[in-house]
Amino acid sequence: MSDMLISSSESDKKMKLASKITRPVNWNKIEDPIDLEVWNRLTSNFWLPEKVPLSNDIPSWATLRPEEQSLTMRVFTGLTLLDTIQGTVGALTLIPDALTMHEEAVYTNISFMESVHAKSYSSIFSTLSATAEIDDAFRWSEENVNLQRKAEIVLNYYRGDNPLKRKVASTLLESFLFYSGFYLPMYWSSRAKLTNTADLIRLIIRDEAVHGYYVGYKFQKGMELETPAYRAEIKAYTYDLLLELYENEIKYSADLYDPLGLTEDVKHFLHYNANKALMNLGFEALFPHESTQVNPAIMSALSPNADENHDFFSGSGSSYVIGKHEATKDEDWEF
Amino acid sequence: MPRIVYFSNVSENTKRFVEKLDLPAVRIPLQASEQIEVAEPYVLVTPTYGNGKDESGVPKQVIKFLNIKKNRDLIKGVIAAGNTNFGDKYCYAGELIAKKCNVPLLYQFELIGTPHDVTTVKERMDLMWKQF
Ligand SMILES: Cc1cc2nc3c(=O)[nH]c(=O)nc-3n(C[C@H](O)[C@H](O)[C@H](O)COP(=O)(O)O)c2cc1C
Ligand SMILES: [Fe+2]
Ligand SMILES: [Fe+2]
Repeated sequence: MSDMLISSSESDKKMKLASKITRPVNWNKIEDPIDLEVWNRLTSNFWLPEKVPLSNDIPSWATLRPEEQSLTMRVFTGLTLLDTIQGTVGALTLIPDALTMHEEAVYTNISFMESVHAKSYSSIFSTLSATAEIDDAFRWSEENVNLQRKAEIVLNYYRGDNPLKRKVASTLLESFLFYSGFYLPMYWSSRAKLTNTADLIRLIIRDEAVHGYYVGYKFQKGMELETPAYRAEIKAYTYDLLLELYENEIKYSADLYDPLGLTEDVKHFLHYNANKALMNLGFEALFPHESTQVNPAIMSALSPNADENHDFFSGSGSSYVIGKHEATKDEDWEF
Repeated sequence: MPRIVYFSNVSENTKRFVEKLDLPAVRIPLQASEQIEVAEPYVLVTPTYGNGKDESGVPKQVIKFLNIKKNRDLIKGVIAAGNTNFGDKYCYAGELIAKKCNVPLLYQFELIGTPHDVTTVKERMDLMWKQF
């Protein structure tokens, strides 16, 4: 199908009609409850890097070997690049395609938060490192072919004229492309290194979950308006783009992690997150179970209760009812 | 045959997971004002929706459902959905419900669940039901 048909899609028409009058956004009249729920969660998630005591990581940073330090810096400049794209291009290009005015507002929130993410890496740099090393790492990112390629692929779709493809690109960025980078702070954290930096990254990771959920959800709403044939085309396109990005991620990961022998471990993390990105778009997982088995140390750095799937019939799962936290405070929750 | 009662938001991730299980299933209504009552034992499947502020995570519709004593009496286990990106709050709804209702947290999965999640849950549900 050609791009001609794409520009006359239903969601496009809706948008054009709606844009004839200028309307103020009315949060007392919600068309899609998800807009308000996500807005509420995003605003309560709000944080700034200054809240994280990064300077406590200085002694730990000093224990890293020079090649480990430079790897860490490179990973973080790569992540900075992605958050810069999301903040200044990605989230904003989604605004004209929005189906509701509240959706537009949510994108402005996402856009701003991406800029907070991008800036927080600079806080890490200035806390841990000297200007010359920071400059070196930024130069590496500007010159690394695979990182630049990843940015280029995504930017191409953002500049393109297809609202659904833009959302696919955005969701793959939020839910997949960051994870070759997120791996490293989780790795350090599992070895009790740079733990405050890891706390900051976990805040970013949590934000990205809501971003991926939301854009993926809006993508599915958009898909509902299309014909089955066109939906099938977009689905095929999604898997193609994922594989294109995946091939590139493998090369990028090798550039970064080969010197430390971590590339194979990183790949599992990539497969796992690629499947989640597809699921956020409403599609089935692609990578088989075995290939998505993430190193348990990395998983528990990400989420301490991720592997609590005890089989309670095997007799080993007697801890299944033990909760670590206090009960909910919702007043309804009184039996 | 095992029976399921589940909640799923408009995003319907959990709904898609439950459909893949291919078991008799009833959905808790999205409108918290609408109530349902069950008459037979069931396993509850619910996503986690924390507000990021306090120790929350159980969707308000599920809270309403479990506030009905009859519904609470018939729950046999809970399966929770979530996303590991939420860190220590991953599938927190399952933890809360297991504790409050004193039933096993049978399984945790992410988003719409993988084929592996589907087979594992089906196996466990079958095993569990044989014990009744
Ligand atoms: C606002 C919001 C809050 C969430 N909070 C949590 C959480 O605290 N823990 C968790 O594991 N998952 C959390 N999730 C992820 C959802 O549980 C997950 O996306 C689930 O698949 C949603 O299921 P549904 O589409 O059937 O409602 C949250 C998602 C959103 C959008
Ligand atoms: Fe971000
Ligand atoms: Fe994001």
